[in-house]
Amino acid sequence: MQVVGLVIGGLYGLGILAMVMVGLVALGAQGPEAIGTVIVLAGSALFLGWLIIPVVASGLDMTLDPARFTTYSIPMKSLLAGLALSSFIGVPGAVTLLATVGTAAAWWQHPLSALVAVLCGALAALTCIVASRAITAASASLASSRKFKDFSGMVLLVPLILLGPIITGVTAGIQDLQEYLPSLANTLSWTPLGAVWAVPAEVAAGHWVLAGAKLVIALAAVAALTLIWKICLAKALVTPAYAGSSRRSAGHMGFFKLFAATPTGAVAARSMTYWFRDPRYGTGLIMAPLLPLVFVFAGSQAAGTGSLGITLGLGGVLAAFLIVWSISSDISYDNTAFALHLAAGVSGTADRSGRALAAGTLGLLLGVLYAVVGAGIGGSWALLPATLGLTIGVVGSALGLASVFSSRFTMNAPLPGDSPMKSRPGNNFPAMLVQLAGFAGVGVLIVPELVLTIIALATHQPLFGWISLAVGVVLGGALLLAGIRMGAGQYNRRAPELLLAVSADR
Amino acid sequence: MSDRAAPGQRPPALAIRGLAKRFGSKVAVNSIFLDVPAGSFYGLVGPNGAGKTTSLSMATGLLRPDAGQVWVHGVDVWGSPLEAKRLMGLLPDGVRLFDRLTGEQLVTYAGLLRGMDKDTVADRVKDLLATLDLAKDAGTLVVDYSAGMTKKIALASALIHAPRLLVLDEPFESVDPVSAANIKDILNSYVESGGTVIVSSHVMDLVQRMCDHVAVIAGGNVLAAGTVDEVRGGLSLEDKFVELVGGRNQTAGLQWLRTS
Ligand SMILES: Nc1ncnc2c1ncn2[C@@H]1O[C@H](COP(=O)(O)OP(=O)(O)OP(=O)(O)O)[C@@H](O)[C@H]1O
Ligand SMILES: [Mg+2]
Repeated sequence: MQVVGLVIGGLYGLGILAMVMVGLVALGAQGPEAIGTVIVLAGSALFLGWLIIPVVASGLDMTLDPARFTTYSIPMKSLLAGLALSSFIGVPGAVTLLATVGTAAAWWQHPLSALVAVLCGALAALTCIVASRAITAASASLASSRKFKDFSGMVLLVPLILLGPIITGVTAGIQDLQEYLPSLANTLSWTPLGAVWAVPAEVAAGHWVLAGAKLVIALAAVAALTLIWKICLAKALVTPAYAGSSRRSAGHMGFFKLFAATPTGAVAARSMTYWFRDPRYGTGLIMAPLLPLVFVFAGSQAAGTGSLGITLGLGGVLAAFLIVWSISSDISYDNTAFALHLAAGVSGTADRSGRALAAGTLGLLLGVLYAVVGAGIGGSWALLPATLGLTIGVVGSALGLASVFSSRFTMNAPLPGDSPMKSRPGNNFPAMLVQLAGFAGVGVLIVPELVLTIIALATHQPLFGWISLAVGVVLGGALLLAGIRMGAGQYNRRAPELLLAVSADR
Repeated sequence: MSDRAAPGQRPPALAIRGLAKRFGSKVAVNSIFLDVPAGSFYGLVGPNGAGKTTSLSMATGLLRPDAGQVWVHGVDVWGSPLEAKRLMGLLPDGVRLFDRLTGEQLVTYAGLLRGMDKDTVADRVKDLLATLDLAKDAGTLVVDYSAGMTKKIALASALIHAPRLLVLDEPFESVDPVSAANIKDILNSYVESGGTVIVSSHVMDLVQRMCDHVAVIAGGNVLAAGTVDEVRGGLSLEDKFVELVGGRNQTAGLQWLRTS
């Protein structure tokens, strides 16, 4: 299998290399300034790629992990040289070397620059390798720590969610950028990122002093990176691959100080802690608040900024719903840790209401915040009760239904400690049906508030907003209590079966 | 409340009557009967897959039995579970912990879940962490604990409410000798003060020295039960275990693993 992978990777690399070479030769028809600009920009991007990709990928795979060499005693110099050389043997290293040396092809009109480009290309390739090695060595102890894994997994999601707005922003920006590119290239050529790429262009223009200065910058960069690499590697070699976070002594009770010292309060404090500490909950907590912003963005594209306040408020309702509904799979997320609730004889009421209290607090805070901010931005204070009514109604109804669902169904959730994005093998179809049924159920339960809020927004009659608020509080509260009661009864009857279901899920 | 399993004045700490469980076609526990006298230190031994964990899970209310009944100090575990669970402390094997809590938070959580008041919990958490040599790591997340530390913090969670019956599934696995000795001291003085302990273990030597009663389980059946001296009948417990359970390989072993 590995051989097949290597062949495919090699073919892919060759394809890219061929495209780059064709591009470079075609580029050669331009004037030296244009050639210089393009190569400096592309080269800087290449450096950045070699710097960033190993760090981002390190969560998934640590092929360059210095920790692997801990057990061999190899002299440092041989180790550095050997590691650097071995990088050129792999597909990415080899393609990079050929492409960077190949930049000489762009200088076919300027033989002297072409010669310089061959040497600078080799230097550039070496810089790429050393830079990526240095940064992997530097992040090795970091990347193997649990905190880094938790954190990077969650943060990487943010650009994914905001992809739409980012793409639009970038395409709008590129039009302005075109005039800006040459000066950007010029600036970059004075930094370690772009210096080495600019040398042949300076030679072609006859600026010998500038060429020399930029070469010095490039050489200094390689030297500095090698030094960093050496120090970090030396350190990584003597530290064990995994050193847990430093020891902390007692006295940090966190949310346990905030909630009442009762079974319900304890469950709420534990759930709250998980919302902030477990990446499986944390991603939800990061994604939900971003969602209204995506809404606002889409809304402003479609209908201008007039409806901004309302969109923000309604987006907040959705965000609150996403947070509170996630307790419908709470016991699946607990996995067998749930055995503690069972062994301790926690009553269904305490279990259900504790979980609802934590998620409800977060959901309600978020929903109300967006409703108020939305009303402020849109200047539509009179309609605030309408959005608030819907928010409160949704939070209450969804919590109630989720409390029933989570004591009835378990699903194939990511295991504790796994990446939140990891999909688990197995039949997920029934679980999806259950989720859809839950969405539909909440949709039905909130019909009164929804209708009232829509009327209020459409007719701009605050009276309906106030009615919606009253209905939201009363109906949402009633559904929440009913849901917790039903869920608690079900929990008391079925808790051992729930534990068995999640333990099959190991 | 039914008392028919409670012979005499003092009901046994744990009375198991005909407990059975099958997973699919596999019979994990085949209708076992067991009496654990109050105040005894009871060992449960058996080969891997014998059904120890399954039996203890059913006896403590974690796993619903297909048939049979269990009483803890005369309280029906499956009839009045909340009352029975107040009397028991459980260290389960092979289950996760809420490991994104710190050690201190986890033990506090276990105490509060049982409805104990805040100050008692705080005092006992401090005592437990100090005794189990975890005080320096009290604020570390349990997910960052070593295997032995994890066992110890789970044990602390089982002890926090001062139960009358302690059920410990493999409590000494991956625990270092010093901590193991500390745990043994705790358990011994607990038994002396009238508590009852059930431990499952693979280490015969440890069971022979530590326990006064023992039951041998294999293939979901109780092969022998009683005081340690009754069960081993002059042999060492280890030899008696091998005799009862069988399964020693009588072939010449791995010929290629000889160095000369
Ligand atoms: N959830 C389950 N689903 C299916 N089979 C199970 C399950 N739990 C246990 N078993 C089976 O029941 C039998 C008894 O398992 P149990 O865990 O009780 O053994 P044990 O005596 O605790 O073993 P060990 O000494 O290895 O801990 C085993 O054959 C096991 O495969
Ligand atoms: Mg077991």
